[in-house]
Amino acid sequence: MTNNARDAILQRLQNSQPSFDNSDKPVSVETPEWPIKERIEQFKSILESVRAEVHLAHPDHWTDTLKSLAKKKQLNNLLYAKKGPLGKMIEDSWDNTEQPVLVNNEGPISEWKESLFFHIDAAVTSSRAAIAETGSLVLWPTEHEPRSWSLVPPVHFVVLDANKLYNTFAEVVEHEQWQQDMPTNALLISGPSKSADIEQTLAYGVHGPTDLIVIVLT
Amino acid sequence: MTEEKRYPEKPEKVYYFGTCLMDLLYPEAGLAGMQLIQREGVEVVFPQDQTCCGQPAWNSGYRVEAIRVARRQLDCFNEDYPIVVPSGSCAGMMRHQYPEMFKGNTDELRANTLAGRIFELTEFLVHVLKITLEDLGSPVKVALHTSCAARREMGVATEHEALLKQLSNVEILEQSRKEECCGFGGTFAVKHPAISAEMVSEKANAITATGADTLISGDCGCLMNIAGHLEYQEKQIDSHHIASFIWERTHATER
Amino acid sequence: MQQSAEFHTRVEHALANGQIKASFRSAMDGLMAKRKAAFPDTEALEILRLHGAQIRANSLSKLPELLEQLEMNCHKNGIQVHWAESIEDANNIVLTIMQNHQADLLIKGKSMVSEEMELNQFLEQHGIECIESDLGEYILQLAGEPPSHIVAPAIHKSRQQIAHLFNEKFPDIPYSDDVDRLTRNAREILRKKFYAARVGLSGVNFAVAETGTLCLVENEGNGRMCTTVPPVHIAVTGIEKVVEKLEHIPPLLKLLCRSATGQTITTYFNMITSPRKLGEKDGPEEIHLVLLDNGRSRIYEDDELITTLRCIRCGACMNHCPVYARIGGHAYGSTIPGPIGSILEPQKAGLDKLGDLPTASTLCGACAEVCPVHIPIPKLLNRLRYERTRNDHAGATLGQSSGRTVMEAGTWKGWSWVHSQPRLYRLAMYIITRLRKLLPQRIGPWTQVRKAPHIAPKTLHELALKEGFNDK
Repeated sequence: MTNNARDAILQRLQNSQPSFDNSDKPVSVETPEWPIKERIEQFKSILESVRAEVHLAHPDHWTDTLKSLAKKKQLNNLLYAKKGPLGKMIEDSWDNTEQPVLVNNEGPISEWKESLFFHIDAAVTSSRAAIAETGSLVLWPTEHEPRSWSLVPPVHFVVLDANKLYNTFAEVVEHEQWQQDMPTNALLISGPSKSADIEQTLAYGVHGPTDLIVIVLT
Repeated sequence: MTEEKRYPEKPEKVYYFGTCLMDLLYPEAGLAGMQLIQREGVEVVFPQDQTCCGQPAWNSGYRVEAIRVARRQLDCFNEDYPIVVPSGSCAGMMRHQYPEMFKGNTDELRANTLAGRIFELTEFLVHVLKITLEDLGSPVKVALHTSCAARREMGVATEHEALLKQLSNVEILEQSRKEECCGFGGTFAVKHPAISAEMVSEKANAITATGADTLISGDCGCLMNIAGHLEYQEKQIDSHHIASFIWERTHATER
Repeated sequence: MQQSAEFHTRVEHALANGQIKASFRSAMDGLMAKRKAAFPDTEALEILRLHGAQIRANSLSKLPELLEQLEMNCHKNGIQVHWAESIEDANNIVLTIMQNHQADLLIKGKSMVSEEMELNQFLEQHGIECIESDLGEYILQLAGEPPSHIVAPAIHKSRQQIAHLFNEKFPDIPYSDDVDRLTRNAREILRKKFYAARVGLSGVNFAVAETGTLCLVENEGNGRMCTTVPPVHIAVTGIEKVVEKLEHIPPLLKLLCRSATGQTITTYFNMITSPRKLGEKDGPEEIHLVLLDNGRSRIYEDDELITTLRCIRCGACMNHCPVYARIGGHAYGSTIPGPIGSILEPQKAGLDKLGDLPTASTLCGACAEVCPVHIPIPKLLNRLRYERTRNDHAGATLGQSSGRTVMEAGTWKGWSWVHSQPRLYRLAMYIITRLRKLLPQRIGPWTQVRKAPHIAPKTLHELALKEGFNDK
C-alpha cells in the first residue's frame, strides 16, 4: 500500500508541473552584527525578558556561581556529567558533604527513568553555542549530556562560553556548516518551559524546566 | 501593493469614473469630486456610457457576468487621460483586478493600459494635483473610516488623512480599531447578515464613542453600511463622502 | 443548501455566546499587538516576508524532487518514511506501528495533521488510548472539543471553565482557577503519561530535504517529551511542509514565531535528524515519518491555488480576521479555521461540503497584509467563489459548481445584462430615482440593523450632463 501511495503521490506532483513566477529577484536579508559586549547584553536581556536567569562568571570560578545559585534554590541534588566537558571542574570544586548532592549516572535513561523523572531536582549541562538576537542556547546533546537532562528536571543550569555567542541563528548554521552533518538532535532553548494556553496568561514550567539558569563565562 | 507607485504630471484632462453606488445614492459626492478637480484647472470628462466596474459579480464568483460589464467600461476610456475614481474599492478593482480578469484575452492590453491609468480620488488630489485646501467651514469633529480597499489594495489611507488635515477647522478623532473592516463586503452583508451586523454595529459604536459630529469615508459602500446603521440607531451623526465634505468646506461662492 | 444552513446555525450559536465573543476579541487584540511589537521595522519585515514567500514558493516548485530527497536522507539517517494518500492510509500506518509495538497508549504533541486525520477517534476505536500533551489540546481533550485556533487551541475557554473541567475530571485534586496551579496540575498528570508511553507522536513544522531533519517549534516542552522519552516516535506531516535547505530554516522560524505570537523565538526549537545512535543514552530507537497527501497534490495542480500550500501555520491570518474574531474557530466546521482554513479546507474536503467558507469573508485583506509568506488569501477566496459557482465544469477543484443556484445565477445574469448596456442602464437608473419614494424601505436582512439607503432624486450621470461635463 505504502509503495503504491508513494508512487501515486509523486506521479501526481510530477504531472502537475505548475508554472511559477521566478521573476522575483532573490531577497537579501541583512543580519545584525554586534560587538561581543553588545551581543552579551542582547542575549542577557532577551533571556531575562522570558524569565530566564543569566549570570556572568569568570572561566576559572564559575563553579562558585553555580554552587551559590544551587544553594539559593535549595536543591537537594544536581545531575552532572562526569565525563562531560564540565565534569572535572564541578567535581574539583564540590565537597561531598555539600548540598546539593552531585549525581551522575552514565547508564541509559531507561534504566533510571524513575529517578530522573521524579527525584532529580536539577541538571547542569554545557552548551555548544548561543544566539544573541533571540536569546537562544544551542545544544547538541551527547552521550554524556543526554537530551532529557535539559528537559526533565525542574531546574536546568547551562554553562556557556561567551566566545561561542553568535549574532543570529542563520550565522550559527552557516558558520558551523550544520548541513554537512546534523546530530541526532539539535536544540535551541530560549527560556524556561512556558504556556499561554489558559486565557493567554503565561505560566512557567509546563512540561520542561521551570527555571533556566545560564552561566556565561566571560 | 508592494509596487512603487508613480504619479504623472498634472494633466489637462482626466476621465472620471463615478461608480454605480455614487450614481444612485451619492451623486452629489460624485459631482463634488469632479468639481474639486475642475477647480484645479483640469478638464473632467464624464463618459455617459460608464456603468459599474463589475466588482459585485466578480467578488460573488460570477466572473463571466463581471467580465461582460467590465469590458463595457474599457470602451469608455479610450484616450490616454488619467482615470480618477472616487472610491478605493472600485479603483482597486480596475487597477489590480482588471489585468487578472482579462489575462490571456483579446482585451488584455486594453485592460492593462486602463489599469495603469487608474487613480483613486484622494491620491490624485494629493500627488498629481498637489491640492491645497483652505477651510471655510465652522469647527467640526470628524471620524474617518478608510475602506479596506483604500487602505490595503490602493494604499491611500495617508492621503485621506492628509487631505482632512489640511482643513484647519476639522479635528480628526481617532476611533479604536480604525483599521478594521466595517462589515460591508458587498454581497457578504447579504450572505452573512449576522456577522455583518455584528461588525457594523461595533464599527458604529467605535465611531460614536469618539464624540465626532461627522463620519467621513472615501467609499460609498462603507458609508451606506455604517451610516445606515447609525441612522437605524438614531444616532445624531452626519455622514459624508470625503469628496463632498471637502468641496462643501472649501468652495467660496456658488458657481 | 444543507451546508449553508449548518454554517449559519454555527455562526448564530457563536454570535449569541457572549463569552466566546469576548474571549476571541480580547485574545486576538492581544496577539495582534504582540505581532506588531515583534516587527518594529516595517521595511525589514517586508523584506523578510518576501524572503519567506520565495523560500516556500521555491520549495513547492521542486516538491516532488524534494520529497524524494527528504525520503532518501531520512532513510540514510535511520528514519522510516511512510506515504499516505488519504487520512485512512495515514491512520492505518500509525495503527500498524502501534500494534507492532503492542502499545496501547499514544502520547501526542500538538499536530494539526493528526486533527485532520481524526487520529484519536480512529485509534480509540482500536482500543488505543491517545493523550494530548499540549496544555491547550489536553484541556480540549478533557472537554471533548476540537481546537478553535491552530496556535492557541483553547482560546475560547475561560479560566473558570477550565478549572471546573479539571475539577470534574480529577475530583481528587483540589479546585483552583489559578493559572499556575492549573498548569502544575496538568504537569503532574501528564508527566506520568510521558513516563509510561511507549510511543510518542508529533507534527512537523518544517522538514528539511537537504539533511532529512524534522523541525518542531514549541514552548511547553511536551513536543520534546513526545519525541525524546518514548522508545518510538511517529511524526505526521502534510507533503507540503518540506523545505529545500537548512539555511532556509532560520528566516522561516523567525517569521513563524513573530507572526504567530509576537515571540522573538519559541522556548524550544527541536531539530530531529535520526533515532538514537550507538552510545546515546536517550531518544527514540525508532522514528517514523508519515507523509500525508489528502488532497494536497490536487491543490498543487493549479498555478494560482498552489500558493495555499505555502502556509507555515502561524495563525496570523486568523488573529487579524474580523470575521474569525467574532465567530471563533468552531463555527468554521473545519480542522483549520479562519482565512487560511477558508481556502485550504474547501479545497481538501470539496466545495460541496465547505463551500460556504470562502463566502464568509469581506475580502478586507487584513489576512494577506500579515501573511508571512505572502499567500494572496483574498484572491484565492475570490477564486474559490468562482469555482463554486462556475457552470463550465472545466476546473479541477473538488465540488466545483456545487454552489450555483438558479436564483443567484439569474440575478447576476440580469445585473450583467443591464450594466453592459449603457442606455438600458441609464434608463433603469432614471426609473429607480424617479420611483424612489415608492420603493420598499425594508430590504431583507440589510434593514434588520440599518435604514435602507437613500436613493438620490437624480443620478450622477444626469448631474454631470447638467453641470456641463463633457462625455468625451
